Amino acid sequence: MSRRRHSDGDDDGGQSHKRRRTSEPIEIEDRLESLICRVGEKSTSSLESNLEGLAGVLEADLPNYKNKILRILCAVARLLPEKLTVYTTLVGLLNARNYNFGGEFVEAMIRQLKETLKANLYTEALYLVRFLCDLVNCHVIAAPSMVAMFENFVSVTQEEDVPQVRSDWFVYVVLSSLPWVGKELYEKKDVEMDRLLNQIDGYIKRRLKTHVPMLQVWTAEKPHPQEEYLDCLWAQIQKLKKDRWQERHILRPYIAFDSVLCEALQHNLPPFTPPAHMPDCQYPMPRVIFRMFDYTDAPEGPVMPGSHSVERFVIEDNLHNIIKSHWKERKTCAAQLLSYPGKNKIPLNYHIVEVIFGELFQLPCPPHIDVMYTTLLIELCKLQPGSLPQVLAQATEMMYMRLDTMNTTCIDRLLNWFSHHLSNFQFRWSWDDWTDCLALDADKPKPKFVKEVLEKCMRLSYHQRIVDIVPPTFSALIPADPIFFYKYQDEANSALPGFAVAITVGNAIKNRASNEEILTVLKDVPNPNQEDDDDEGEGFNPLKIEVFLQTLLHLAAKSFSHSFSALAKFHEILKALTDCDEGKLHILRVVYEVWRNHPQMISVLVDKLIRTQIVDCAAVANWLFSPNMAHEFTRFYVWEILHSTIRKMNKHVQKIQKELEEAKDKLERQQHKKQKDSGDEEDMEKNSEDEDGQLEEQIERLQEKVESAQSEQKNLFLVIFQRFIMMLTEHLVRCETGSVDFSTPWYKNCIERLQQIFLMHHVTIQQYMGTLENLLFTAELDHHILAVYQQFCALQL
Amino acid sequence: MSIKLNALISDSYVDVSQYRDQHFKGNRYEQEKVLRQANTLYVGNLSFYTTEEQVYELFSKSGDVKRIIIGLDKVKKTACGFCFVEYYTRTDAENAMRFVNGTRLDDRIIRTDWDAGFKEGRQYGRGKSGGQVRDEYRQDYDPARGGYGKVVSRP
Repeated sequence: MSRRRHSDGDDDGGQSHKRRRTSEPIEIEDRLESLICRVGEKSTSSLESNLEGLAGVLEADLPNYKNKILRILCAVARLLPEKLTVYTTLVGLLNARNYNFGGEFVEAMIRQLKETLKANLYTEALYLVRFLCDLVNCHVIAAPSMVAMFENFVSVTQEEDVPQVRSDWFVYVVLSSLPWVGKELYEKKDVEMDRLLNQIDGYIKRRLKTHVPMLQVWTAEKPHPQEEYLDCLWAQIQKLKKDRWQERHILRPYIAFDSVLCEALQHNLPPFTPPAHMPDCQYPMPRVIFRMFDYTDAPEGPVMPGSHSVERFVIEDNLHNIIKSHWKERKTCAAQLLSYPGKNKIPLNYHIVEVIFGELFQLPCPPHIDVMYTTLLIELCKLQPGSLPQVLAQATEMMYMRLDTMNTTCIDRLLNWFSHHLSNFQFRWSWDDWTDCLALDADKPKPKFVKEVLEKCMRLSYHQRIVDIVPPTFSALIPADPIFFYKYQDEANSALPGFAVAITVGNAIKNRASNEEILTVLKDVPNPNQEDDDDEGEGFNPLKIEVFLQTLLHLAAKSFSHSFSALAKFHEILKALTDCDEGKLHILRVVYEVWRNHPQMISVLVDKLIRTQIVDCAAVANWLFSPNMAHEFTRFYVWEILHSTIRKMNKHVQKIQKELEEAKDKLERQQHKKQKDSGDEEDMEKNSEDEDGQLEEQIERLQEKVESAQSEQKNLFLVIFQRFIMMLTEHLVRCETGSVDFSTPWYKNCIERLQQIFLMHHVTIQQYMGTLENLLFTAELDHHILAVYQQFCALQL
Repeated sequence: MSIKLNALISDSYVDVSQYRDQHFKGNRYEQEKVLRQANTLYVGNLSFYTTEEQVYELFSKSGDVKRIIIGLDKVKKTACGFCFVEYYTRTDAENAMRFVNGTRLDDRIIRTDWDAGFKEGRQYGRGKSGGQVRDEYRQDYDPARGGYGKVVSRP
């Protein structure tokens, strides 16, 4: 019956043929990789006996597959840090059976370490070092040589004229390995270790912490201070030292093999000099440790380790690593999180929720796309329906209570998460618990949050649904019904200028008149900006724009698709009407006027207007910062639009840069080819010259395009920053002269939105630091505003 | 440097499914190739009442949406429970497959799948009665999808 019964045969691709021809060695290598990666998983035997068995298998395979095994083990060291001790034990067993292999593995690891550092892969380098440290515990590496490596790392703190983030990283590597190997190193080399820790202490005390306020999720110190990551780790290590390096959380399979391992000969690490600082080195940015729970929050069951306990560090580190390994596979990720070894001794659900929100709220950006966290939490709720939803509800309640001091960017992410989450659970929530917000001013964080959440919930459902899900007392916070406001609606408005033309235009559009016909109709619209006897008639006419656009959008109000079609169909007319900056601004004003109850529609229309080049990005920025929009300035959708606009600008620049690179590559390849084929007849040479000429012309055009786009991008940021500075300075001056406290909810929102611009677009803004410093963020600026700029600069120094 | 681990490059939510469009102009190999590069998703199990706005809001969470085409009953020209979502980039579409597929829209678990790209005519249901094929033979009662399947409600 069906002609397509089999998938192989002549309409199959090349893939399966390839696999069949070279199957055997690859199959064995895949099997080895699988054995190593999955050791200990889903087995009825103990981890120890699995490791023993695997060590035997690998030892037997060493003669034929040594290189492959080396590479797999190096890869797991780099990429599976959550299973660190499992693999160090494995390497320990192999080293005990085959000393040479142990030596070759250590060499391979050092090579990898050098490569990862060169490639700016600092997180992976960190795990490699930690792996090497744990190999000390497995008698593969001699402790003194590890201490020597640490000494070289810490000596980076003595370097001059290097970014702080560089020495930060080397100190972090040493400190974060100590939970695993501190005890062993102190037993063998306590004098040297004490010296090291003293040096680190000195460094920690003198390093600058300008960047911290910009990265904190909450500005309040209570109930949990948002500590800088290195400060927190140092406190944890100091406590560990006080506890004489007793660490009970980390799973250490090698202890069971102690008798075998201590017979093994150890290797010395070769002396390792940290690579010198280069201008293109990109060290990791500093972080703030997110804490929202402590032992008082998990009422029953195991106690949550304290904020300065090393257990807390190890648990959080491992959970972050599990997410990093499995974020694309949400079911696997949830399962791996919930099967964390040692989960019975800790309130695992609380740790998981804390780590997930920590990532979601991380500044400048979460490590992974926001929506992943929503879906991951849903998977976790599915797997633990009796316990996780309660922890999540508790967390939500806590975050609601602390909204007053939460960073605005984080509030954005929280309300995005919460509304999306609710939409998966029929919007069920105990809204009554939040009636306290109704008594507060609408501009305060709590009622504002609820209002924005309900608005987002409405976008995923519809207006009546929202009315139905909240108690009647919440009516003031329910979003407006997203209706269209047509100025020329009925006869009552017939006195409005342009009313008659609006009717005519509407009919013309309905009767599928051509663009010329419509433009002719529009000629009858008087221009309020012009003198009666002014003959020109071609300048910016706001009334014309109003009459046409209001009518067009009214006819197309049914759906997004209708509106997009309308904009596309009358693109020519819109372009003609908005040829100047004032025209562009006015179009945006009209869009707002008609759709002011439907922010989502405004967003998508602005997006289309930019993409079809009816307005440019700077016009959107100017519009959002204009006095007309001041009353909307703290609404979430305004910032959605602005950030989306900036992103479009960035993507546009990247796109043209890419085209330019590709054209340059093409030319290079062509010229390369010409060199190889030189000596051909004249005809060929002439043709290739023409080709070259064409390409060179194209490259020149693209170069111009890139410069023009970059100029536009720079201008966009300048406009935005200038507007912020103006607004904030005005506010601060007004408050000072009136002797009023400047720290109003509006001010907090505004200054944090300025921070948000820096944080969300830090990669692009880096290019323009010079201009920003010279033109805008000068010493004359109010120190409150300048502080934001200085904190931003501190992120990379 | 060292290798990538198979365990970590697993990305099953992004894999191409078994479904192949019978109307696709080309052989199965060509179709699969297109699907592996597509920026467009088919979205199924929508309620007939789900709006373009709702789809936009949800699918914008994985990136900028280029356009949405709501699937229509061929006869009635009303929504019949599916749509296409086209992204500007493949990456954004992949994230939708990973994190939006299998979650709820309008209280229903929706399903996304790769699509070779919208062509005029593909916005119509291919069932005999004008809606989707699945609604022809469905035995259950689904108030958001016209009640009973056509085979049940036909006398």
